[in-house]
Amino acid sequence: MKPFTYTRAASVEEAVRSASSVQGARFIAGGTNLLDLMKLQIETPAHLIDINHLGLDRIETTAGGGLRIGALVRNTELAADRTVRRDYAVLSRALVAGASGQLRNKATTAGNLLQRTRCPYFYDTRMPCNKRRPGSGCAAIKGMSRSLAVIGTSDACIAQHPSDMAVAMRLLDASVDIIGADGARRSVPIADFHLLPGDTPHIENALKPGELITSVTLPKPIGGTHVYRKVRDRASYAFALVSVAAVFDRDGQGRFAFGGLAPKPWRVAAADAAARSGAPAVAEAALDGARPTPLNAFKQQLTARTLASVFRQREARA
Amino acid sequence: MKFDSPATSNPIDRGRVVGIPQDRIDGPAKVTGTAPYAYERHDAAPSAVYGWIVGSAIAKGRIKAIDSQAAQAAPGVLGIVTHQNAGPLDKGNMNTAHLLGGPQIEHFEQAVALVIADTLENARDAARLLRIDYAPEKGRFDLAAEMGSAVAPETGFGGPADTRAGDFDAAFARAPVRIDQRYTTPDQSHAMLEPHATTAAWNGDQLTLWTSNQMVSWSAGDLAKTLRIPKENVRLVSPYIGGGFGAKLFLRADALLAALGARTVGRPVKVAIARPQVPNNTTHRPATIQRVRIGANRNGVIDAIAHDVWSGDLPGGGPETAAQQTRLLYRGDHRLTTHRLATLDLPEGNAMRAPGEAVGLLALEVAMDELAEACNVDPVELRIRNDVQHDPEVGPSRPFSSRKFVECLRQGADRFGWSRRHPKPGQVREGRWLVGMGVASAFRNNLVARSGARIGVDGKGHVTVETDMTDIGTGSYTIIAQTAAEMLGVPLAAVTVRLGDSRFPASSGSGGQWGANSSTSGVYAAAWALRGKLAEKAGFAPDQAVFEDGMIRQGNQSKPIGSLAGREGLWAEDQIEFGDLAKRYAQATFGAHFCEVGVDIDTAEVRVRRMGGAFAAGRILNPKSARSQVIGAMTMGVGAALMEELSVDTRFGFFVNHDMAEYLVPVHADIPEQDVLFLDELDDKSSPMKAKGVGELGICGAGAAVANAIYNATGIRLRDYPLTIDKLLERGEGSALA
Ligand SMILES: Cc1cc2nc3c(=O)[nH]c(=O)nc-3n(C[C@H](O)[C@H](O)[C@H](O)COP(=O)(O)OP(=O)(O)OC[C@H]3O[C@@H](n4cnc5c(N)ncnc54)[C@H](O)[C@@H]3O)c2cc1C
Ligand code: SF4
Repeated sequence: MKPFTYTRAASVEEAVRSASSVQGARFIAGGTNLLDLMKLQIETPAHLIDINHLGLDRIETTAGGGLRIGALVRNTELAADRTVRRDYAVLSRALVAGASGQLRNKATTAGNLLQRTRCPYFYDTRMPCNKRRPGSGCAAIKGMSRSLAVIGTSDACIAQHPSDMAVAMRLLDASVDIIGADGARRSVPIADFHLLPGDTPHIENALKPGELITSVTLPKPIGGTHVYRKVRDRASYAFALVSVAAVFDRDGQGRFAFGGLAPKPWRVAAADAAARSGAPAVAEAALDGARPTPLNAFKQQLTARTLASVFRQREARA
Repeated sequence: MKFDSPATSNPIDRGRVVGIPQDRIDGPAKVTGTAPYAYERHDAAPSAVYGWIVGSAIAKGRIKAIDSQAAQAAPGVLGIVTHQNAGPLDKGNMNTAHLLGGPQIEHFEQAVALVIADTLENARDAARLLRIDYAPEKGRFDLAAEMGSAVAPETGFGGPADTRAGDFDAAFARAPVRIDQRYTTPDQSHAMLEPHATTAAWNGDQLTLWTSNQMVSWSAGDLAKTLRIPKENVRLVSPYIGGGFGAKLFLRADALLAALGARTVGRPVKVAIARPQVPNNTTHRPATIQRVRIGANRNGVIDAIAHDVWSGDLPGGGPETAAQQTRLLYRGDHRLTTHRLATLDLPEGNAMRAPGEAVGLLALEVAMDELAEACNVDPVELRIRNDVQHDPEVGPSRPFSSRKFVECLRQGADRFGWSRRHPKPGQVREGRWLVGMGVASAFRNNLVARSGARIGVDGKGHVTVETDMTDIGTGSYTIIAQTAAEMLGVPLAAVTVRLGDSRFPASSGSGGQWGANSSTSGVYAAAWALRGKLAEKAGFAPDQAVFEDGMIRQGNQSKPIGSLAGREGLWAEDQIEFGDLAKRYAQATFGAHFCEVGVDIDTAEVRVRRMGGAFAAGRILNPKSARSQVIGAMTMGVGAALMEELSVDTRFGFFVNHDMAEYLVPVHADIPEQDVLFLDELDDKSSPMKAKGVGELGICGAGAAVANAIYNATGIRLRDYPLTIDKLLERGEGSALA
C-alpha cells in the first residue's frame, strides 16, 4: 500500500473541490473494493477523500414518482427498503444475491456501480493486463478466462463487470446523478455510464476526473413480475457466472438484463422484443455477436438455461 | 513405554472422561481472543517490526540483478534480506524447493526477498520498489503433457511406487465385467484460515520462533539445518494454530525469513505469508491423473483390480500416492497399483488432508459406482460383497486389526434411508430439482508415531501435561487433558495442558491423522510412570493402585495424590514407541458416506441436500470434537467434488486463482444437514488408547459420494473434478437435464 493522506469531506462541494485540486485523489465510500486494491498495489491513490459524511445516504421519492437513492446508501439498507422491495423487487433481489452480509453492510450504491473487474490477472501485478497497465497486453484472453465476458469485449480486454446491483439498475433504466468540480450537475443514463473496453479498457465509465456520484435515480415503478436469477459456482458469496434480471408484465412482454456476460450490465433491445418467443430466442438475441473463449463458451448455453429457469419461475408466480 | 503387543484392559477403559463428549478446554481462550497466535505475540516480542515477503515473478530461471536502492531508501525501511546477503543456507529435510530463492528460481512466488520496516504498510510499499531483473527459462507446467516422462518414485510415506499380486492382466482380460476409466483431480489449496505466520527473535545465538506449525520437532530441526546452527539453539513455540490441513507440516518461508530478518535488523521481526501468496509460495495438494481398472464376475465380485496414478512435483519432490486405498480396500486375487511422478516446475506439491486417499477415492469410488451399475447390483451391496478381512495383497497372514467396514455400510445406509434411492438415474424430480443419492466407501490408513510427554501433579492435586504436540483446531488440548484425567483419576478441570513448545518432550505432532492416537498414547505412557511414582510414595503396589476422585487407593486405604506430590510436585516423563503391530496387522479406519444432491434441471447447479456417514475408527476419544473433525472433512469433500481447483496457467507456470475470492471452498449455504455415526470399536492393536485416527477419514470418499449422487440425479457421469456447471452442461444432451 502506497502511503496516502486522508481527509473527511464536510460537504459535497468540498469533496469535489479537493478531488480536482489534489493530485491522485480518490473518493472512499465503503472501501470494500478500493482498500483491497490498494493493499495489492493495483490502486495507488495519494489522497483519500472520505465521502461517508455528506448526507448522501437517503432514499427519497422524486417528483416524477421515481426513487432517488443516495450514493452512500448501503447495499443492505437499499435491499431492505420497503419501497424498493415493493416497487423495484428485482433490485432488492439482485442486491442480496451479491457478496456477503458483512460486505453489503459496508458497500454503497456508488461504490457498487464502480467496483472493478474480478479478472484474476487484473489482481496480480506481475501479469500483463491492459486494464491495469495500459499497453501491457491481456493475459486473460489466452489464459484462465472461464469467468470472463463473452460479449462486448475487445482484443484488448475481456473482463466482466461483476456487479449484481448494476444489472437490476440497468433493467430499471436508472440514471446516475453526478456533480463536477465546478459544481455542475448532470445525469447519465446507466446504459451510457459503463463503457465497453475497446482500445481503452482502463477507462471504465463516464465519470470525468474529480466527479462525484451523488445518487442513482430510478424512474417510476413499472410493475410486473420481478425475477433475479444468479448462477454461480457455489451457493452463496461468489460472483455470477451468469445472472439474469427480468421483469414480465401480464401479457408476456418482458425486459431482460444480464450479469457475468459483458464488461457492463448487458441489455439488448432485441432480447426484450423476443420475450414472447421464449428463453432460447431471448438468449440468442442477447448474445448476438458474442465472442467467447473456449473456456467460457459454456456461458452461452448457460444464459439460455438461466433464462429458462427465469421463465419457469415467472410461470410459477403467475 | 513400548507398545508391541495388543493392549489389555487398562484405566482408559473406565471411560469416565475419555469417550465422553467434552467441550474444548481451549474454547474460551479462542472465542475471547486471548489465545495468542503467531502473528500476535505482542506479549512475547513487543518490539517486533514487520517483514514483507517478495515472491518471484517468474516460475523458472535466474535472478540477474536486484536493485534495492529505492526500497532501502523508502520510509521506515530497516533492512532487506535476499540471497545476496542472507549468508550460506542449507535446505530443510522436508523441503523440496529452497525457502529463499535466488539466484536460481524454482517456482513462481518463491520468496526472493524480505523487506523489513517499522510498519506493515511501509514494508509492503517498499517491497514494491524492489527492482528484480529475471532471466526466465522454459518450465514444465502441464501434468498431462509430462505423463510420458514420469518415473517410478522412491519408496516414501505412502509405501513403494508399485505393488502387484497374482496376474492382473490375465485376470482382467478374462473378467466378464470390466471397468476401465480415467479420472483427474486438480491441484488444491489447503485454504486454512490463518496463513503461515512467524515472529522471530534472537538472543545472542539463541533463536526463538513463535510460529504456526503442525510439527514442532521436524521444523525446529529443519530451521536449524537451514541456518546451519545446532538444533538446541532453536526454540519453536506453536501453541495455537488457525488450521493447517498439512500446509504447516513443514518449515516455510515465513519462519526462515523472520529468523533471517531478525538477525539482519537486530530485533524481533514478524512475517506472515499474505493470503494471495499462500497458494503459489507454499505447498498444495498435487493434481492427479488416475486410471482405474476393475474386472469382476456378473455378481460384482472383484477378481482383478488396478489403479495407476500420475502426479507431478518439483525435482526431488514426491508423488501423490492416490492408489494407497486400492491396496487394501477390496478383495480380488489379481492386483496392481502404480505411481508415476513427473517433473513439474509448479510450486511444491505435498500433503494435504488425507494425502493419497482423499483423491484416490474420488476415482476408485466412482469406478465402483460404475461397476455396480454394470453388474446391476446395489452400490452398497457391491461394496459389502467385496469386503475382505485381511490385507488382500498379502493374504490371511496379515489380518486387519479391526475392520467394521460392512457394519458402516449397513448402518449408514439404514440411517440415511438408502432404500429410497431409485436405482435408475434421472428418475426423481422435486420442483426444479433432479434428486439423486450416492454412496462411497471411506478408508484411511491408521498411522502411528513415537510420542513423548511429561506430566506432573502439584501439592493441590492439579495435573499439568507438557508435550510439543500441536492443536491445529482439532481438539488436541482436550483429548490430552481427558487422557491425563482418566489416568490419574481427577476431573478434567484439574488438568492444564501445555502444547507446542520445542522445550517440551517431542511428540508425534499433528499430521496423517496420527496425532490424536499417538499423542494421547504418549501421555498415557507418561501417566503410567507418574502413577508408579505416586504408588511408590503411597507404599502401594503400582499395578493394584486405583486412581479416582483425586485419590490413590488400594483396598480400603486411600491418599490424596496432591499430598503425595508435596509442595515441589511430582513429575514423570515417558514416550510411547510402537513395535511391529502395524506390520503384523493391517491398520486402517473405515466408513461409508451417503449423500443426496439436487441438480437444477435448467442450470445444472448442484446443491448438496443431505449427507450422512458411519465411521469406525477405534475408540472415539472425544465424540464432540471427533464429530467436528468428520463434518469439517465432509465439507472439504464437498469442496473437492464441486468447486476446489487451483487453475494452472501453463504459460506463466502459476496458479492463477490465488486468493479466496477466486479459489472457492464451500460456504455455509453449501452445507446442509450432516449426520455422523461412530460405531463402537476398540482397536487393541493400534495403541493402548485403542483408538485410531479420525481427523482425515471424513474427507476420504465424501466427494465421490457427491459425484455418484450427481450421476444418480442426472445420468451424467463426470470423471474430471471439480464437477462444475460447465462440465455438466457439456454432457447435458441425453441426460435428465431440461
Ligand atoms: C469477497 C467479495 C465478494 C463480493 N461479491 C460480490 C457479488 O457477488 N456481487 C456484487 O455485486 N458485488 C460483490 N462484491 C463487491 C462489492 O459489492 C463492492 O466491493 C462494493 O459494492 C463496493 O462499494 P464500496 O462502497 O465499498 O466502494 P469503495 O471500495 O469505497 O469504492 C469503490 C470505487 O468507487 C469510487 N467511489 C465510491 N463512491 C463514489 C462516489 N460517490 N462518486 C465517485 N466515485 C466513488 C471509489 O473511489 C472507488 O474507486 C464483492 C466484494 C468482495 C470483497
Ligand atoms: S481481461 Fe482485461 S482485466 Fe483481464 S487481463 Fe485482460 S486486460 Fe486485464
